[in-house]
Formats: sequence, C-alpha cells, structure tokens
Amino acid sequence: MSELRVTALNSCCALSKRLVGSVLMLTLLTGCTDIADSFLDPHGPIAAAQKLHFMRVTGLTMIAVAPVLIFVPLILWRFRYRNQRARYLPDWEYSAPLEIVMWGVPAAIIVALSTMLWHSTKALDPYRPLVSDQPPLNVQVVGLDWKWLFLYPEQGIATVGELAFPAGRPVALTLTSDTVMQSFLISALAGQIYVMPGMTTKLQLLADAPGRFEGENTQFNGTGFVHQKFPAIAMTDTDFDAWVNSVKSDGIVLDDSSYGVLAAPSTEAEAHQILATSSMPDNALYFSPTQPDLFSAITHRYHQGRPIPPNAQPGSAAFAPPRAEDTPKPAAETETPQ
Amino acid sequence: MTQFERKHPGLNLGSHHGAAHDQAEALVFGFWVFLMSDLIIFGLMFATYITMQGPMAEAGGPGPAQLYDLRSAWIQTLLLLTSSLTFGLASLAMRHKHGVAPVVVPLVVTLGLGLTFLGFELHDFQGMLAQGAGPGRSGFLSAFFGLVPLHGLHVTAGCIWLMVMLAQIAVFGLSDMVKLRLLRLGLFWHFLDIIWIGIFSIVYLAGLTG
Amino acid sequence: MTPDTILPMIFGRIGLDSLPFVPAILNPSTSEFIAAGAAGVVFLGAFIVLGVVTWFGWWGPLWRDWLTSTDHKRIGIMYIVLALVMMARGVIEGALMRVQQGVGLDGGFLSDGHFSELFSTHGTIMIFFVAMPFISGVINYVMPLQIGARDVSFPVLNQISLALTAVGAALIMISLILGKFSTGGWPAYPPYTGLAFNPGPGPDYWIWSVGIAGLGSTLSGINFAVTIYKERAPGMTLFRMPLFTWTVLCTAIIMVFAMPPLTVATATLALDRYLDFHFYTNDLGGNMMNYVNLFWLFGHPEVYLLILPAYGIFSEVIATYSGKRLYGYMSLVVATMSISVLSFTVWLHHFFTMGQSANVNIAFGIASMFIAVPTGVKVYDWMATMYRGRIRFSVPMVYATGFLMLFVIGGLTGVMLANPTISFQVHNTLFLVAHFHNVIIPGVLFGLLAGYHYWFPKAFGFRLNTRWGYITAVLWIVGFCVTFFPLYVLGLMGMPRRSVSFTDPSFEPLTLIAMGGAMLVLMALSSLMIQLWISVRDRATAQVPLGDPWNGRTLEWSIPSPPPEYNFAVIPQVWSRDAFAADKEAGIAYQEPETYDAIAVPSNTSIGMVVCIGGVLLGLGMVWYMWWLAAVSFLGIVGAFIVRSFQTDTHRIIPAAQVARDHRVWLAQIAASPEVTRAQECSPANRGRAMNERPEPSL
Repeated sequence: MSELRVTALNSCCALSKRLVGSVLMLTLLTGCTDIADSFLDPHGPIAAAQKLHFMRVTGLTMIAVAPVLIFVPLILWRFRYRNQRARYLPDWEYSAPLEIVMWGVPAAIIVALSTMLWHSTKALDPYRPLVSDQPPLNVQVVGLDWKWLFLYPEQGIATVGELAFPAGRPVALTLTSDTVMQSFLISALAGQIYVMPGMTTKLQLLADAPGRFEGENTQFNGTGFVHQKFPAIAMTDTDFDAWVNSVKSDGIVLDDSSYGVLAAPSTEAEAHQILATSSMPDNALYFSPTQPDLFSAITHRYHQGRPIPPNAQPGSAAFAPPRAEDTPKPAAETETPQ
Repeated sequence: MTQFERKHPGLNLGSHHGAAHDQAEALVFGFWVFLMSDLIIFGLMFATYITMQGPMAEAGGPGPAQLYDLRSAWIQTLLLLTSSLTFGLASLAMRHKHGVAPVVVPLVVTLGLGLTFLGFELHDFQGMLAQGAGPGRSGFLSAFFGLVPLHGLHVTAGCIWLMVMLAQIAVFGLSDMVKLRLLRLGLFWHFLDIIWIGIFSIVYLAGLTG
Repeated sequence: MTPDTILPMIFGRIGLDSLPFVPAILNPSTSEFIAAGAAGVVFLGAFIVLGVVTWFGWWGPLWRDWLTSTDHKRIGIMYIVLALVMMARGVIEGALMRVQQGVGLDGGFLSDGHFSELFSTHGTIMIFFVAMPFISGVINYVMPLQIGARDVSFPVLNQISLALTAVGAALIMISLILGKFSTGGWPAYPPYTGLAFNPGPGPDYWIWSVGIAGLGSTLSGINFAVTIYKERAPGMTLFRMPLFTWTVLCTAIIMVFAMPPLTVATATLALDRYLDFHFYTNDLGGNMMNYVNLFWLFGHPEVYLLILPAYGIFSEVIATYSGKRLYGYMSLVVATMSISVLSFTVWLHHFFTMGQSANVNIAFGIASMFIAVPTGVKVYDWMATMYRGRIRFSVPMVYATGFLMLFVIGGLTGVMLANPTISFQVHNTLFLVAHFHNVIIPGVLFGLLAGYHYWFPKAFGFRLNTRWGYITAVLWIVGFCVTFFPLYVLGLMGMPRRSVSFTDPSFEPLTLIAMGGAMLVLMALSSLMIQLWISVRDRATAQVPLGDPWNGRTLEWSIPSPPPEYNFAVIPQVWSRDAFAADKEAGIAYQEPETYDAIAVPSNTSIGMVVCIGGVLLGLGMVWYMWWLAAVSFLGIVGAFIVRSFQTDTHRIIPAAQVARDHRVWLAQIAASPEVTRAQECSPANRGRAMNERPEPSL
C-alpha cells in the first residue's frame, strides 16, 4: 500500500515537476538577482521541504483537475448542437458507478493529501527546534514601523536592516512587535510568522551555505510597508565572529533615546540618516552594547496595566520618543524617502 | 379549523381568513430565524467575554470578585424571570380570555418589571463606573460592558416595543395584527430571559466562584 | 460662544482639507490629482443623474415604480444596478493598482497612502457592494419566480435590506469626496485600524459602511430562507426545487449565521474607536487575535455565501443549454449542503501563521481541504450534465466553460493554500491575491454575468446582444488569465501583496503583463456597458414577450417576459423537478386555468427611503463626529418605524377580472406564435416560445 502510494506520488511528482517547472524556469531565468527571495529557490532544509510539499500537493491534486481541463473542451465539441450524430440522452441524470467515482476519487486524493498535510505540518512546525549537533543561535526580533530590530542576547549586540548568522547552524528566532501586527518572512529559508505586540512567536531557520536572502514584512502596516525589507546573511563561522566584532566596535549604544528613534514610524533609511555613524554600512545600523532585558521590556510594555496614549505608542504618528530633545539630531520626519 | 390551531397554538386568530394564517406562519417563523441570528451575536459576545478573563485581560484592574454584586444580580434575575411569567400570563389571556384588560394588566406589570430591572442594572453600572471600572479600564471590562449592556439594550428595545404595543392595543384593540406582534414580542422577551440566565451563570456565578 | 466652539459642534471634525480638491491645489501630485479627479467624477455623475432625471421628468415614475416599490423583481433590478455602478468603480481601482505595480519598479505614480486606500476600497467594494448586491439582486429576481411565489415573505423588509446596502455604498462613495477611506485593507485588522494608529475618519467609514450593509444582508438572509421554506408553490417539495433555489437556501442560512460575526467585529471595533473600549488595543488587555477570529468567522462563510448561488446559476445554465436534465441532482444538493456546513469550520486557514500549535493548524487545514471534495463533485456533475446533451455554445455557456476550466485551477491553488506548510510561504503574497481572484472572478463574477445574460430577457422582455455578449465574455476570460496568472508566479517569487512598489527588477515583466491584463478587464467592463446600450437600442429585433427564449426548465420561464407584478396569474401546481420542462414534455404547458382569484400585492412604502437617507446621515454623523446629526437620524428612523407600525392598510388588491384579462391576452399570443427550434435561438424569430426537441425515435 505504502509502496503503491510512493509510486503514485513519484509519477505525480514527475507531472508536477513539469508544471511547476515552467514557473521555476521563469523564476530562475528572470530572477538572477544576488539575493534569494523565493522558496522555489530554497537555501535551507525547511524551505526545501516546503517546496517539495508544494510540488507533491500540486501533482496529486492534478489527478482531480486534469480530467476537467481535458474533457470539458472534448465534451463541448462532441456534443455541440450541430453534431446531430452524437448520442442525445436528455433524460439521463444518474449513474451509480459514476457517482462512486465522482465522490470516491476526490475523497481518496484528499485523504492522501491530509496524511501528507498532517506529517509536514508537524515536521515543519515553526516552534519545533531544529535537530542539529550545534546549539542554535538565539536572535530576538522586534517588528517596528517600518524596520526590523534584531537583538543578539548572547553577543550583546543589535542590528537594524541586517540579520547575520552562521550557515549550517540553526537560528532560533523569538519575535514580537512594538507596533501593529506584522509578518516576518525569509522565504528562501523558512515560512513566515506573525509578530504581535505584547506577545511572542517563534521561528526556526537554517541556511545550508553562506548566502544572502531577502527578509521582509508581508503584512501591510502603513506607508513604509514596502521598505520593510532586509538582507538575511548566512556566513561562515569565522566571518560571523568577525561580523559580531565589527558590530561591537562600530555600534552605538541602544538606549531609550536611540530606541526612540527606531520606534518612531520611519523607514530604515530614515532612521539610518539620524543614527548611523560613518563606520556603519550604508543599509544597516549596528548597536552595542544593548540593554540585556530590552526584548522583555518591549513585550511587557503592553502588560503594565496602564493606558498607552498615542504619544507613547511606538509606530503611532503621534509618537513622541522619550527624551527626544537629547538625541543628537532632530527626530525623524514621516515623509517618504523618495 | 384544527389545522390552524395546530399551526398557532398560542393564538386564536379569526378562523375565517386562511391567508392570514399563512402570513402569520411566515412572520413567526421569520422571527425565530431572526432570534437565531441574534443568538449568534450574543454567543460571540459570550465567547469574547470568556476569552478575556484572567490577569492578562484584567490588566491590573479590578476583576469579578471586586466588581460583581451577586445580590443585585439575583434581584435582577428574579425581576426578569417574573416578567417572563407575567408576559406568559398575558399570552394565555390573549388566547383564552375575552376583553382587553386581562391582557393589558400583565403586560403593564411586565413593563414595570422590565424597567425596574433596567434601573437595577444601571445602578450596578454606575457603581462600577464610580470605582473607575468602566470599559476603558481593561479588556476584561470591555468584554463585560460589551456583553451585559448589550442585553440591557435589548431589554430597553423590548420595553419600547411593549409601550408601542400598549398604544396599539388602545388604538386597534386585540386585532390579529396586534396579537401577532404580541406573540413575537413574547418570543423576544423570553429569549432575553434565556440570555440573562446565561449572563447570570457565566458572568456572575462563574465570576464569583471561579 | 465663539465660532471656534460652535463650528465643531455642527460640523464635527470636517475641515476644509477634508475635500480632496484642497490638497490637490496645495500639494499637487499625480496621486492627489487622481483623488481629486475621482471626487470630481462622483460629483459629476451625481449631477448628471439628477439632471437627466429632472429633465425627463422621471422623478414621479422613479419614486412610484422603483424607490418605494416592494416588488421583489424591481428590488432585484435595483440591487443589480447598484452592483454594476459599484463594479465600475471597483474595476477601475483594480486596474489603477495593476498600472501602479506595472510601473512600480522603485516608484510609480501613486503615493503609498493613496495606493493603500485603493486596495482597501477595492476589496470592500467588490465584496460588499458588488458581489453581495449582485447576488442579492439575482436571488431577489429569480428565486420567488422559481418556486412559484408571488413575492418574498417580507417585501417591506426586502426594501429595507436594499436600503441598508445602499447606505453602505453611499458612504463609501462619499468617502471619495469627503475625507479619506481606511487604509487597513478589506479586513481592517486592528490595532492598525485602532485609534492609536489611525485616528482619522478612514476606518470609521469602513466600520459604518460595512456594518450597516452587513445588517441588510442578515435581514436578506432571513427573508430568503423564510421565503423558500414557506412560499413554495403546492407540490414543490424541497427535493423538487430547482438547484439555484437550493443554493439560495444554503446561502440564506449562511447569511443568517455568518453575518452576525461581522456585526460583532465591526461593532466592537467601533466601541474601541469611539468609547475607549479595549477589545483589540495593544494596551490594557486588548487582544487583536479575537478580531482576526471574528472577522474570518464571517469572512470564510462569506466566500461560500457568494459562490453557492453562482454554482446554482451554472447548474441552471448548463442544464438548459445542454438541453438536458441536470445530472446528479441529489449529489449537487448534498454537495451544496456539505459546503455550507464545512464553510463554518475552516476560518482559521486565513491565519495559519499566527503562531498557534501545529495541531490546530492540522485540524483546520484538513477541514479546508475537504471542501474540495463536494466542490470537485459539483464540477464533475456539470460535466456529466453536458455529456450526451445537445449543447448550444451560447454566451452563458462561454462563461460556464471559462468557469469550469479556470475554477479548477483556483481549486488547485486552494488545496495548496489549505496546507499550512505552503501557506507559511505564500500567505500575504500575490499568490494569495491570485488565488482568491481566481475563485471569485471565474466563480462568482462569471456566474453572475452568465445569470445576467440568461435572465435578462425574463426581466426586460428582450434578449441581450449576442455578438457583444461573446466579445464581453472572451475579454473577461482572457483579461482574467492575463491579469492573474502572472500574480501566481509573482507570489511564488516572493512579492508581498499590497506592495505599492518593488525593488526586484525580475518582477517587472510579470507586473507589466498583469497591467496589460487589467487593460483587457477594463475593456471587458466597457464592452459589458456597450452590450447593454446596443441591446436596448436594438431591442425591437430581440423581443421575447412569450417568456421562454432558452427552452427553460423551471417555473420562471412559464410566465410572460417581463412578468406581471403578481408573477403568476394562478399559482402553479408542481408535479416533478424541472416543473416547466415536464409540463412542456407532457403538452400541458400554457393551459388556461379554470378560475382566477383576486391578488393582494403589498402597496408601496417610503420606509426604505427613510432608512436609506436616515442611514446615510447617521453614518456621516458618526464618521465625522457630528453627534447631533447621528442622534437625529437615528431617532428619525426609529420614529418612522413606530409610525408605520400603526398603519394597517398595507396591501392593494388586483381584481380577478384584470388578472384574467391580462393572462388571456398572453395565452392568445402564445397560441398564435410558432415554436422555434434552438437553431433559431438568437434570431429575431425567437419570441419566447420554444419547440421541444427530442432525440429521434430511432435511437
């Protein structure tokens, strides 16, 4: 039985590969940018498993779909009004064997798909730690309007606009939002997960090899939404250590004042203009040291039993960062960058 | 005319007019469907209330133990249940008695009980607001003030409807139209009673024991 | 009292800058000019309509025959007119977004804010003010005729439902002129739509237009369900009902149960915004996840609510034009019922990515996939209906073919999205956008357009132009494919939905193709209008007063076109499924009844217009904080209902003699007219009396 299923699956996969192949070709032909942004071009085991599942579901479902695509035109042609030779049975309305096929085949396909769904959903649960001989790198992610803040609690550093991690080592993300709901996605590595204020969610990543992958927010959250993207960079272990050191040496302190700039509604580029020093890269902000309990302070902001007026709510247009007058440069304007 | 009686056991509509019965049937059935739909609204507000319990939703504000006055809730329960009884008496009188008075008297009592119920409820809310426990204090209190006053608004609407019906009895007497409307108002009134039983059990009793 | 205190009391928070013309002058940009232009179009359109009505002196007939009518047929037509007007706006907005994304590599011509308003209004309009009223209109027109009824159970309630829908549509149109609409998408998730992040009137426009229209839909659902349960002609048992009526019953039940969650979601969001409640706020124990659940508890059944009547239309269309009984009636009924029940068990698949446990996702994922079984059965049943039929490839059949071929692709991607594993990747991308357009356009819209073409001669007494019908149908089908298939690929390539622009140049070829497709869709919309215009112009050659232009199978074809206001001179007796086809087969159609009775029809009432005008003022008062206006209009509506409840004379009697006279005239016309074959279906010879063509006996 299981062998039969496997052969059936394999032949379906062959079919689906041809179908999805065209999609893939298009992606690969036109998508030759330096940054991978699709799970159809996976760079980690999770995205690869998601792609495989995608192919299998497509193939298996085609068993039910293909007959429609083939037979509808044939029936229309064969039984056209002018073809008086075709058999015409105006009162034919029921056939028991046909009913069994009509209900049975889709039901069987769905039962098969359900089994696959069950296994893959369990296996790819974003909360499930990845099996690896290396301990995971813990990163805390804070969604802000319209940028992502990455806190590395073990390294005592933080970045905006760049998520670096060693390739081949699991990355365990803990995520929250300090504004409205957002959705965190690095498509080439793993699926997305919502981030919500006052709550934490989890996501596991693993990159097979060094590379650059696009990370983004997919949940619309205001005018800067499309700019809320960042490169996720998988590095060799030595490169990663060097990167951590450069963040430590080039970073500015992440305190209430600099966090206030980040928390105001602005794109990463706008925050960069205010906070960046000359030693930081063009598209990223480095922070060191950080407050060790910043992440829990952010999630606890919403559980203090006190109202948060708009001027104290990060992301609100009325948000006035605390001690804004202490910041070295004027607070961010909310105009669009272009 | 037994078939008509079977259709409307609660009414003695004039037996001479078959179409009126069919019309009545659709009206009453339609009202039942409306009540089902309204029940979904209450069900969802109950569900919201249940999910918004506990320290997270209370946000450091007062919880059931500090807010609920079981004695007052019990009095409100008695008032509403009694009003259902008196409405039932009016419905029976509408079917079995002649004349307007046997219907109007229990209806007036029902209205009085309904208004008294509202008075007690408003007094409770006022007490909560005075403690700073309004809907703006916490998610839990928002859910409370989304659910219980929703029932109160329904009772208010029921009272206004009842007043309009008393006026219609005065104008038209107990015509078929008036009887049908009273029948539906009765359904509405008993429905609100059932909702209140839910509120009393889930909000007040469970809140104070759980 | 100074003007500074009095003006806000009167005008609430309306300021000069609420008019889009002001920012267009102060801060000129393409985006602002488009906004001001749209407002101008609304002004101009309203002005022209008012002018034309006044010039031709149509106010009297408009008021008497339409606005105050309680006739289900006229209400149905008004619903469809509303839907078509709103569809014009919705399609133009959709095309504008496609153009923006077509040229959106690193920029484009629309501002972020304007783009987000566009996708919010586009979604809200298309679901609540195109699909819903179009469906309510077709149901209103056809369902009572199919079950042999004189009207719906509650004609006045029906008028009020239409009024409430119109209020919502009016508010969303006014938002073009006064202030800005929400930018929170059609589901309007808080906390983004909460006061802290969006203090302006936009989300309030959304709340009141959707909330009020939603109430109308709940009442419609009650009305349709009761009508089907209580008003069927004698002999029409549940299992003799036409399949369209079955789907309407399921849709009505879904309306009754699925609209209340929307009412709760909008009302609680309003409480958060107006009265400082904390259902969904970030602070003080609010929980936005409750909103997401409530919204989709409505939102998912909603899509089945839309698609089921379209399935019903295709069932009627395919059986009629195949000249054949519907294959698998019981299967189709069972499948329809299963879909309605399952539709309430799958809402969580809209947010597999919210962080709940894998087990919850598995349960909802499997439930979602199981909807594919009854849906697949339906598609096979329609194929079997065509099999061994004698198919006329008429305009509705073009739509049906497009539907069958394209809808299964939507089904395929639906099965994919039911898998949490895949949803984690393609959720919130253009793949999702392509998927739901792929089910809603070929499913709902093609169904409605097929129904429009199919039943138009019933409503107006003449057929729609066939040539322009084919052009329109092909444009819709091709336009759909060219617009939305690229979006599937873009979604797989990782382009998030609701993106005003993008930076990856590899997206550009596909966004440009989709832009071209959107132009085809615009042409389809224009072609639909041209078809209507040409059909009205050439109506003399397409008259079908005898009522049965397509050799129909169900009761609505057994009466004149357009039908008299009481529908049936005598309520028909039903003996089997496909009642009219069976009568024609047995040679007992068009028989003169022995006696005629006087008919009571509900008289006109202006309560609907009171609700409509009062509702718009109430909505505006709430959106703009003009509390006096809101209070006055609310009390006005309540008062109008109380006053009306004292009115006893609510019916008008049509004497039996008049019924008999009209009916005999029509029967005489029937007797004098030749039967036409299906080969002459689209020729002027087809005046609505069909020849019953049977297979040759040699077979």
